[in-house]
Formats: sequence, structure tokens, C-alpha cells
Amino acid sequence: MKMTSLDRILLFLTGILAAYQVAVGVNGLGEGPIIAYTVGFGVLLVAGLLLIILGFEALDSPVVVIVSTVIPLAIALGLVWEHLASFRTSYLVFVIVGFLAVTLTRSIPISGKIPTLVLAVVHGIAGLTIFLLPSILAANGTMKPAFALVGLGGALIGLAGLLLSFLKAGKPIVPRETILKILPSLLLLMTICFVAGFKFG
Amino acid sequence: MTAQSSITNHQLPITKKIALYLPLTKPSQSGLLLATGVAGYMSAHTPPSLPLLLVMCASLFLAIGGSTILNMWYDHDIDAKMRRTQKRPNASGQLTRAEIFRGGMIASVLGIGWAVAIHPLYGFVVFLGWFFDVVVYTLWLKRRTCWSIVWGGISGAMPILAGRVLAVGEVEIIGLLLAASVLFWIPTHTLTFSIKFFDDYNAAGVPTFPSTYGFETTRAIIALSSIIAAASIGTASVMIGVQAGILRLLIVLSSGLLLLSFATVFRPSERVNFSLFKYASLYMLAAMILLSI
Repeated sequence: MKMTSLDRILLFLTGILAAYQVAVGVNGLGEGPIIAYTVGFGVLLVAGLLLIILGFEALDSPVVVIVSTVIPLAIALGLVWEHLASFRTSYLVFVIVGFLAVTLTRSIPISGKIPTLVLAVVHGIAGLTIFLLPSILAANGTMKPAFALVGLGGALIGLAGLLLSFLKAGKPIVPRETILKILPSLLLLMTICFVAGFKFG
Repeated sequence: MTAQSSITNHQLPITKKIALYLPLTKPSQSGLLLATGVAGYMSAHTPPSLPLLLVMCASLFLAIGGSTILNMWYDHDIDAKMRRTQKRPNASGQLTRAEIFRGGMIASVLGIGWAVAIHPLYGFVVFLGWFFDVVVYTLWLKRRTCWSIVWGGISGAMPILAGRVLAVGEVEIIGLLLAASVLFWIPTHTLTFSIKFFDDYNAAGVPTFPSTYGFETTRAIIALSSIIAAASIGTASVMIGVQAGILRLLIVLSSGLLLLSFATVFRPSERVNFSLFKYASLYMLAAMILLSI
């Protein structure tokens, strides 16, 4: 499916917002969250640029599954590091193990459902963390209500990640054309939620 | 050139004729080099003078455009043999060789003269860029050795140094680092290009790294030069004292460049090569904007 000019504009705006988040949006945070968010939004920025350059063909690369895992893992780690100090080490271990597990199951031919299961578990936990943690913090008044937008971004990134990952796994939840049609808008909306949530939350 | 096209050429109104010179300046390449010049000037973070910036851009564009037109004048036979360049006005005969030479010389003299008038040292650096491009790269080495791109690279590194010199009044280490970043970025751009258009360059008999040393060595050189380019930009940024956020963004963009460079070595493909070629241009443009902030 050919990428339209509108798709490219949406991806460019996504890249600009991700660049803003890396350069400005994380100022004032601790070293741990800054590194984690820089990795997450940095990968989003570079991935967006490559999508603009190569078109949707870029999604045929086997690296896509790994890249689409890095973004939620890094953002989830940043949130936990920032707001759940007692879980920092255990979550860091989960992120490292999860990333390695996804990379290994995508690099070595493994038959059966293990690769899909690993992917679903890692994405699921990271996605739930990004969705639930900001939503709870906004609901109990620890953070401003706008911080819930980060949770909304988390729901959208979980959706985008799962759509892409299952597409790559050869078991698309919805047809490929539909995924490609909504992907640029989904990525932009997700990034807007993140940037706005972090800025105003 | 045929008699018919010669007659058509003479009948062209002057405005259309001037418009034919535009593709001869390679607008995207000249624009990118101009952007490096502006970034070099802005990187000093001195109170910017808009009139000075404007005359710098004009003089630099004329000098860069002039040297590129002269390159086209000399390489008309090569351009005529390569599919990619056959439609350029120098290869298709829309402009005569004499017209192209005159246009290139006028732009060059105006650009360099203006640059010297603005600031002698700035003018000297602009002249060096022109000299390396026209005399060393185009006239002397391009048809003899694939190493000519190093001299072409030095020429391409001069606009950013010139901009920096105009702002600080001297050639200093930051200016040289910025120049090195462009110098080592250029192989990432040109070598991926020579891989992509390998057959074209071979048909025209232009020696390139892929035809001289093979694809594997060329890819290794691309990766190495990307590392040096990213390191030079990073070091220059730290010495300039850019904000932490800008530095983070530069690191992210540099990481993308390095990953793609390594991908060309370890997982070579047409797609990766094309990505690196395009990404390298975006990277340089973005880096220049960030250094100017």
C-alpha cells in the first residue's frame, strides 16, 4: 500500500513532537526517567523518519517487532522510575529480560506459540503500566488531571504495538490495509497525548 | 548539440535561459551547503546581524552555485552518459558550453568577490571551498581517482567553516570540528550514492570506491565516516555549549545514523542503502538547525 502525502505529514508531525519531547519535554526530571523517555521517544522519532523515507515497506523489516517493543518498554520504565521508586529495580529487570526475550524469539526460529506469547506478555505489561499508572496518579490527585492523557497515549501505543506485532507475526487482528490506513493518525494521536500529558499533567 | 537545438537555444527569452541555470546549481545540494554555512554562523551564538546573515547567504550561494555550474560545464560528457543526469541542461544541449562556463564564472567571481569584501578571512575560506571543488576535485582528480571525493568533501566542509569564521573572526577548533563533521558526513552521502548508481558511474568511466575497492570495503568506510561525523558534531556541540535537550536530540539522531551505517555493513540491501542516503541528508539538515538554536 502506497503512503500518501497526508500520511507523511502526519508522521512528520509525530517526529517533530517526539523530538520536542526528547529536547524539552523531559527537562527537570531525574537522570533515570530522562534516559528512559529519551530512548522511547528517540526510537519513535527515528522510526517515524524511516517510515517517511521508505514508506510502509519499512514495516516488512523483521526489526519492526523489536522497535515497536522498545518504545512502550522505555516509556513504561520512565514512568515507574519516576513514580514508583520501590519498583525501579524489578521493573528494570523486567524491561531488560522482556526486551531480550522478544529479540531472541524474533531472531532464532522457534516453532509454536512461544514467540507470540512472549510478545503479548511483554507488550501487555508495558502497555498496562503506561495506561494504568498515569490514570491512577491523575485519579488520586497525585498528579494533575491532564496526566491521564499519558494513560490514553499508553492505550493507543498498546493498540498500535499489538496491531503491528500481530501483523508481523502473520496473525493480523484486522486487515493489513486497515492497519496501514490508521497507523500514521494513531501514532500522531498517541504522541500528542504523551506530549500534552507530560507537559500539563 | 544539433543545429536545431542551437537555434531553439538562441531564441529562448532571457528569463527562461536564466531558469535553465537553476538545475545546474543542484538546488538541494547547494541549499544544504548553504544551511551548513548559516549553522556555522549561528553556532557562535553572537547577537546575529540579519543584514550580515543575508549578504553571507547571497555570497555563499553565488560561490557554491558558481563552482557547481563550472563542475557541470566540465563534466558535460559524463552527465550525457549517465541516465540520471542526461536531461540536465548541460548534457541535453539546452545551454551551450560557453554559456555554462560564462554563467559559472560570473557567479563565482561575484560570490567570492563579495565574500572578500564582507570579510577577508571569510572570503579566503569561501575561495578555498571553490578552489578545492573546481580545480582539485573537478579538473584534476575526479576522472583519475576515487579518492577525489576527499577533496570534494573538504570543499563541502568550507561553507560551515566560512560561516563560523564570519561570526567569530578567526579559524578556531570549533569551526574545524564543524568542518570535520561535514567532511566525514559527505562520504556517507556520496558513497551510498555511488553504490546506488554503480552502473551509471561505470558507464561514464568515473572511478568510485565501489568500483575500486568493492562494495564491502565501501560500506565499511561509510560506517567509519558516519562514526567520525557523529563524534565531530557531538564534540563541537559540547564545546559550543548547546543545551542538554539539544544534545540529547543530537545523540538520538546520531544513533539513527550509526545504526543505519552498521546495517549497511552487516545487513546490506538496496533498501538500507537508500534509507541511509536519505537519512544522512535529513540528519545533516537537522543537526545544522539544532546547532543554530
